[in-house]
Amino acid sequence: MLLISCPHCGPRCESEFANGGEAHIERPKDPETLSDADWAEFVFFRDNPKGLVLERWNHAQGCRRWFNAARDSVTYEILAVYPMGSPPPALDPKRYV
Amino acid sequence: MSGRMRLPHGGQIDHNKPLSFTFNGRAYKGLAGDTLAAALLANGVHLVGRSFKYHRPRGIVTAGPEEPNALVQVGEDPRTDPNIKATQLELVEGLSAQPQNAWPSLEFDVGAVNTLAARLIPAGFYYKTFMWPVSAWKTYEHIIRRAAGLGRAPSQRDPDRYDKTYAYCDVLVVGAGPAGLAAALAAGRSGARVVLVEQDHLLGGALLSAAEEMIDGQAALDWVRAAETELSQMANVRILRRTIAYGAFDHGFFGLMENVTDHLAEPPAELPRHRLWKLRAKQAVFCAGAIERPLVFADNDRPGIMTASSVQSYINRYAVRPGKRAVVFTNNDSGYGAALDMTAAGIEVVAVIDLRSAPSGPLTERAEAAGLRILAEHAIIGTAGRKRVTKVRVAELAVEGDAVVGAVEEIDCDLIANSGGWSPTVHLFCHAKGSLNWDEEHACFVPDKAMQAGQRCAGSANGAFGLGSCLAEGAEAGTAAAAEAGFQAGAAVTVESEDRDFLPGRWIWLVPSDKPLGQKAKHFVDQQNDVTAADLKLALREGYVSIEHVKRYTTTGMATDQGKLGNVNAIGIVAEEFGRPLPEVGVTTFRPPFTPVSFGIFGGRDVDDLLDPLRRTPMHAWHERNGALFEDVGQWRRPWYYPQFGEDMHTAVNREVKAVRQSLGILDASTLGKIDIQGPDAAEFLNRVYTNAWKKLDIGRCRYGLMLGEDGMVTDDGVTTRLGENHFLMTTTTGNAAAVLSHLEDYLQTEWPDLKVFLTSVTEQFATITLSGPNARKLLAELSDAELSPNALPHMGYTAARVAGVPARIFRISFTGELSYEINVPASFGMAVWQTVMTVGERYGITPYGTEAMHVLRAEKGYIIVGQETDGSVNPLDLDMGWAVSKTKDFIGKRSLTRADMLKPDRKQLVGILTQDPQEVLPEGAQLVEQVLPQPPMPMLGHVTSSYYSPNCGRSIAMALVKGGLARKGETLYAPLEGGKTVACVVAESPVFFDPAGERLK
Repeated sequence: MLLISCPHCGPRCESEFANGGEAHIERPKDPETLSDADWAEFVFFRDNPKGLVLERWNHAQGCRRWFNAARDSVTYEILAVYPMGSPPPALDPKRYV
Repeated sequence: MSGRMRLPHGGQIDHNKPLSFTFNGRAYKGLAGDTLAAALLANGVHLVGRSFKYHRPRGIVTAGPEEPNALVQVGEDPRTDPNIKATQLELVEGLSAQPQNAWPSLEFDVGAVNTLAARLIPAGFYYKTFMWPVSAWKTYEHIIRRAAGLGRAPSQRDPDRYDKTYAYCDVLVVGAGPAGLAAALAAGRSGARVVLVEQDHLLGGALLSAAEEMIDGQAALDWVRAAETELSQMANVRILRRTIAYGAFDHGFFGLMENVTDHLAEPPAELPRHRLWKLRAKQAVFCAGAIERPLVFADNDRPGIMTASSVQSYINRYAVRPGKRAVVFTNNDSGYGAALDMTAAGIEVVAVIDLRSAPSGPLTERAEAAGLRILAEHAIIGTAGRKRVTKVRVAELAVEGDAVVGAVEEIDCDLIANSGGWSPTVHLFCHAKGSLNWDEEHACFVPDKAMQAGQRCAGSANGAFGLGSCLAEGAEAGTAAAAEAGFQAGAAVTVESEDRDFLPGRWIWLVPSDKPLGQKAKHFVDQQNDVTAADLKLALREGYVSIEHVKRYTTTGMATDQGKLGNVNAIGIVAEEFGRPLPEVGVTTFRPPFTPVSFGIFGGRDVDDLLDPLRRTPMHAWHERNGALFEDVGQWRRPWYYPQFGEDMHTAVNREVKAVRQSLGILDASTLGKIDIQGPDAAEFLNRVYTNAWKKLDIGRCRYGLMLGEDGMVTDDGVTTRLGENHFLMTTTTGNAAAVLSHLEDYLQTEWPDLKVFLTSVTEQFATITLSGPNARKLLAELSDAELSPNALPHMGYTAARVAGVPARIFRISFTGELSYEINVPASFGMAVWQTVMTVGERYGITPYGTEAMHVLRAEKGYIIVGQETDGSVNPLDLDMGWAVSKTKDFIGKRSLTRADMLKPDRKQLVGILTQDPQEVLPEGAQLVEQVLPQPPMPMLGHVTSSYYSPNCGRSIAMALVKGGLARKGETLYAPLEGGKTVACVVAESPVFFDPAGERLK
């Protein structure tokens, strides 16, 4: 069970949160101009990296606010939490082959 | 007398407190402080069970959680537990235990013929034998499962209570042996919040089983008591006894199971039986000690063959002599400890068989000085005795250690104490993904690097086997953990003790015999699962290379002891066979739980009525009083139908459905999700989340909307009303309210944070009463000051007014196709308004109707239910609801509607279905085909989503999702049903079966 630091409420158990998948996937501004493939890329395709992942979390059982987190998918260590709309902070994640 | 093998004094037991118990139907006496195993051994009972596969007689092997054989069934149904380790079970007055896996009896077991047929049951037997034909596996499996298995599950529900709790600490110390006590003292003195977890009911760990260890010049157990006293007096330290740390999880999260009452003859009613601790620790020190490995020699599984340290444990801790005439078999110095302790306890040690060519070490020297007979570079090559070992066969080892030479000596004995070295208990460390190193000298895996911050091992769990090292490492680890948690060290914990290791050792993984491996004798590696060295070699010959595959194929290490005794031996044998270094073979994954835990703790109090919150509407009590039957919709409990005068469901629903169409029905719709939407951008927001247009909706008007995911599939629908310029009220389906709210919040917060909109759930703030039927307006006019004329309040109109004297919101919307009003009043007035409406409505024959009638009424009108007509793969066009989809604006999921896949003509589309026989009601979920073949498979076109008997239509009606259905109107399809019956039906022109022109809504 992860211990996640909600930027608004502080550290809480994972069971209070809902994961929102990969972060920084912006909804296309003008979907009608996209090809089927490009639209499918937005709707269906997500990265699954070993190591640093940037993902969205919602403090669903708490303040209901969304935020971003940087997490190592191997160690599960949460390297940073940062607000929606912000770029990820400078990190020095572990590299895995 | 508490058994003929009991020593007159000594041990950590109360010689003055005898306890009665039964095992295998016979009455025995033990002493307070005994485990069941100790009490049985005190009575000379070694034979406690039959093995899993061969049904060989088996005895007690260990004195702890690593026990492979002494698994018993405790208690009487329904308070019975299978697979309890007798070596851990505290004796309690009146305890009743049964052996397992023995039929008809422990002494005479029919399954033992499996031993004779052993050559016919090799590793992977079941996989090989029962593979063909594939379809028969289900039959085989049923029989195999019945023959296998150890204990019996209770036949009734568990009458005991269980509990769960959360806890937090700065430093968790697992294990209260010398290292753990030192760590807890060091951390405790710093002021850090410490939780010390010990599986035993006594603190001290291995020291409880030691004969004469000294710490700081005093008896070790005196030091233990002093430490316990000091820890008990610290307010910042919590000691959890009888508690197993069964798993280490992410971010310093641990699962602990506390045994609260199993050791009490009469548990107080207020206490739970077991308690789950969900513990979050900033720092953790694992001091779980080490487990002695047995040697793998021919017929090493007879009752009376025990690990050397457990023999010491029974003598020193329980004052029990496990035998009278013993042989010690060892490959290291620690085995001599058992020889010395047995001699001191009056057990005749007839020989020490040592695999080493030149035995040495501090205990070896003392044994030599005591004049014990030591056979260096010798091996036990076989044993005899059916229900108890009676003799060993001994021969000299060849120089390489892989064969025996010379004459065979037979030695009579009733006990073999054997030691194959020690393995640190690294389980928790590895659950938390710590890495291991191979310690060549000690021949064991030791902790390398912790993956999670703040976790470390100390003492023999860390490969530091001497008592002095354990104490020093413990103190150091406790200090470091407290410091990392931000606490300054208190008074230093400095304790001195002898630092005796178990070296030197000679690591022979498979002790040779004078017979070929696997012939006329078995070298057991995993006694609980009956896996032998020959099985491992067979797996390798058959091409299994990875140790994980070898494990699964042979099932070694897969029993309830999870290979605590056998795994390293198995890895050693595999490595030797491959000629590869042992660390290259590696270990199998360590997974929680460390020892079995009861299911009850995970349920805790969250069972029965407390399993899930139950949501009741404000009018619930009325429904109950009026005989409603209920159905669960999500967490809500809704009236299903109201049977009267012994009506069956069909009759009751028909009556309710007719009443709505003929006069007036009333429905409790309070469970519908309600989301209050406010802000200057509220209309724009709705425009983006619904498929249709919202910006021009007038104040006081309602609109039906469909909500999609970005994949274009329908996720919800409902009516939303514009209460004011910047104020809307959205309704959602009952089961989906929370999901819709979070979906909306997601977009609002993450995609469109520029929109000024607030969302608030108001589902429970309002009670909703739906009046539906031709007389709805007449009744409401009697109760309300609202202007209700069709011009003032048309279909899909809204007004605020008073109803039965209470401020109300009145929505003229309909889910029945009748003239309908949904009336929202503050929840606290719900019951009062409902009762008033019922009283005044009597003159119109007002009829309460439940969800079943509601479903029939909406189906007569072809109205969909999201989640019934849709399943996440259905888009609005599939539902023939293109009228609700805007072509001009963007909305969530719009682009997906023009993806190539969405335009395929053979997509499943919603159509009305009419059976040829109007009285035939199709089962929901029935598959539809174009042509019935003699037997499946046959091409399926789709399935029935809704199906009812409609009293208003006088026939059955149904809806179905059918491939290319919209182009099939008028076609005949067939529903082949269970039992060979086939129902012919026609695709209707429209799924609207009643009042297709909508005259009744006007």
